[in-house]
Amino acid sequence: MTTPVADPTVAPSSALSGGSTGRGDRVFFALTGASGIALVLTIVAIGAFLVVQAVPALRDDTTSFLTTKAFLPEADRPTFGIAVLVSGTVITSLIAMVLAVPVALGVAIFVTQYAPRRLAGLLGGIVDLLAAVPSVVYGLWGIAYLDRHLQSVNSGLNSALGWFPLFGDTGGRYGRSVLLASLVLAIMVLPIIAALSREVLLQVSPSLREAALALGATRWEAIRTAVLPPSWPGITSAIMLGLGRALGETIAVALVLGTSSQITTKILGSGGNTIAANIAQKFSEYAQGGRGALIATGLVLFVITFAVNALARLIVVRSARRRLG
Amino acid sequence: MTTLTALRPTRSVSTAALYGLGTVSVLAALGLVRGAGSSSTALTVVVTGLAYLLLAFALVLAVEGRRAAVDRTFTNLAWGSFLLALVPLVSVIALVVKNGSRRFDANFLTHSLRGIGPRDSNGGAYHAILGTLEQVGLASLIAIPLGLLAAIYVVEHGRGWLVSAVRFVTDVMTGVPSIVAGLFVFTFWVLALGRGFSGFAASLALAILMLPTVVRTTEVVLGLVPDSLREASLALGVSRWKMVLRVVLPTAASGITTGIVLAIARVTGETAPLLLTALNFDSINSNPFKGQQAGLPSFVFAQAGQPQQAAVDRAWAGALTLLLLVLLLNLVARLIARRTRLKD
Repeated sequence: MTTPVADPTVAPSSALSGGSTGRGDRVFFALTGASGIALVLTIVAIGAFLVVQAVPALRDDTTSFLTTKAFLPEADRPTFGIAVLVSGTVITSLIAMVLAVPVALGVAIFVTQYAPRRLAGLLGGIVDLLAAVPSVVYGLWGIAYLDRHLQSVNSGLNSALGWFPLFGDTGGRYGRSVLLASLVLAIMVLPIIAALSREVLLQVSPSLREAALALGATRWEAIRTAVLPPSWPGITSAIMLGLGRALGETIAVALVLGTSSQITTKILGSGGNTIAANIAQKFSEYAQGGRGALIATGLVLFVITFAVNALARLIVVRSARRRLG
Repeated sequence: MTTLTALRPTRSVSTAALYGLGTVSVLAALGLVRGAGSSSTALTVVVTGLAYLLLAFALVLAVEGRRAAVDRTFTNLAWGSFLLALVPLVSVIALVVKNGSRRFDANFLTHSLRGIGPRDSNGGAYHAILGTLEQVGLASLIAIPLGLLAAIYVVEHGRGWLVSAVRFVTDVMTGVPSIVAGLFVFTFWVLALGRGFSGFAASLALAILMLPTVVRTTEVVLGLVPDSLREASLALGVSRWKMVLRVVLPTAASGITTGIVLAIARVTGETAPLLLTALNFDSINSNPFKGQQAGLPSFVFAQAGQPQQAAVDRAWAGALTLLLLVLLLNLVARLIARRTRLKD
């Protein structure tokens, strides 16, 4: 490839040019450029290899991949689809976002606006610890501890708010519920959204807030009128990135969610499954054909998360452009 | 005028009054929850919080007015969210320490699961710890140089189509779910190249997950190195590659190291890719390039899925080991960050 990689005349950093243009430079920048190319090729390869391996399985599928609920790729006449998996993935992630976003924003606002200056770094670090806990540990905590406690909450919600469709009757079984999976997901994405939003809030010039306070605004009024408006694009993007993480989370869901092959909208009981958890659960028991079907579902997950993350990036880029005029 | 009264409130709610309000809230919540025939601590705490929120709003509304009451409520909500976020952290750590210490002993750290059934009370995670160290070590060997070089390319070149492509790809890769990284390595390494399942296949998947973090943090830290340092070295006649290696990288070293250690900590806990690339294995396999190999996260996942208490105990001990490993890495990262010379 004839790229400008090894061409020292276009090698200057942000503003610098010149310097000696010896062989060492050419080799060094060829090496760095090659690493860059390797990175780009990796993402292309991920898409390409998934497509290539998914196609044969999709060709063998005797039903519509998009609308079929059953997932039986190893049957004599393979029938499998992503209806249950996609709806389960979307439902658990959306509930997780509803639970996590308000708290995460509260944490970000607390750490940047309310906490004593000297403690801000430490408190932020504590919330970051939440992100450091591995997902398998959350999963274990979910089945061994949270499930037991959430069951009584679930039954209470059902008896108090049973008329609400999401809290409908689940036949008296409240264990390993959709809500449990969503709650664990919420706990896992909370520190991500909080940390990213915190960075965004710190970018706002303190003089804006101080001006609002000097005009007689209360602390909250200053935050609402001076700090939050310029932060919304960044916060939205943080939320989208959190959503992307929730959609792709595997192990915690695989451990805590009681699965079924039906689309469920009753979140107080078990049922449904997510794309990622389904792959983790079935991979070792399937042979070639079944694994092909799992790869096809993985491709769908890749496309969904790609779209969500691209959207997050787009929001940031567009708002930056608007700010520049 | 409202503005003036807000600026110079004639009457205000004292801190002592708010403490009193807190006590009233606790008593009211206890009364309500016990009255409803429940003894749940969690429920009492939640009701206390709500009661305090409402009572503080009412009191401040009566004494200082509406704007002050709204302000007080949002202050309480901000504190409340932070305390709420701490609940799962404290609960997870406490439970992992409590349940994990049951089997966290010398036998656990020095034995594998060879010949151990789910009912047996002994057996350990030596094979899994070994596997994790090898897999994460190899992943670091791949991802760190590659990520460093790519970031140097982006920062020291600053323009061109490849620079924007690398930036975009870094963003996209950050969002690749770990299970998809595992699936890719399975299709590429195991199926297409026919190399079979191995610890090294897991390393490849972990490297894909590490790369974007390494590139991003290196990019940010290198961007903080002042241009005057680069200009000074170039003016002395140093070639560009020597300038990068001798001046720019050492200046940014501690910041980059912090980012790298955090990236290592993140992939150490990754489970999903292991299940598709190294599978799991009950015996010691010290060769990461050949045959199935256990990892600490996949060990915990497999044991946690068993109904027998002995297996679940092993899962908790494994979780404790994993948590200690990850927290240690985070601590190391923080200590290195303290010595950072560059501040933005």
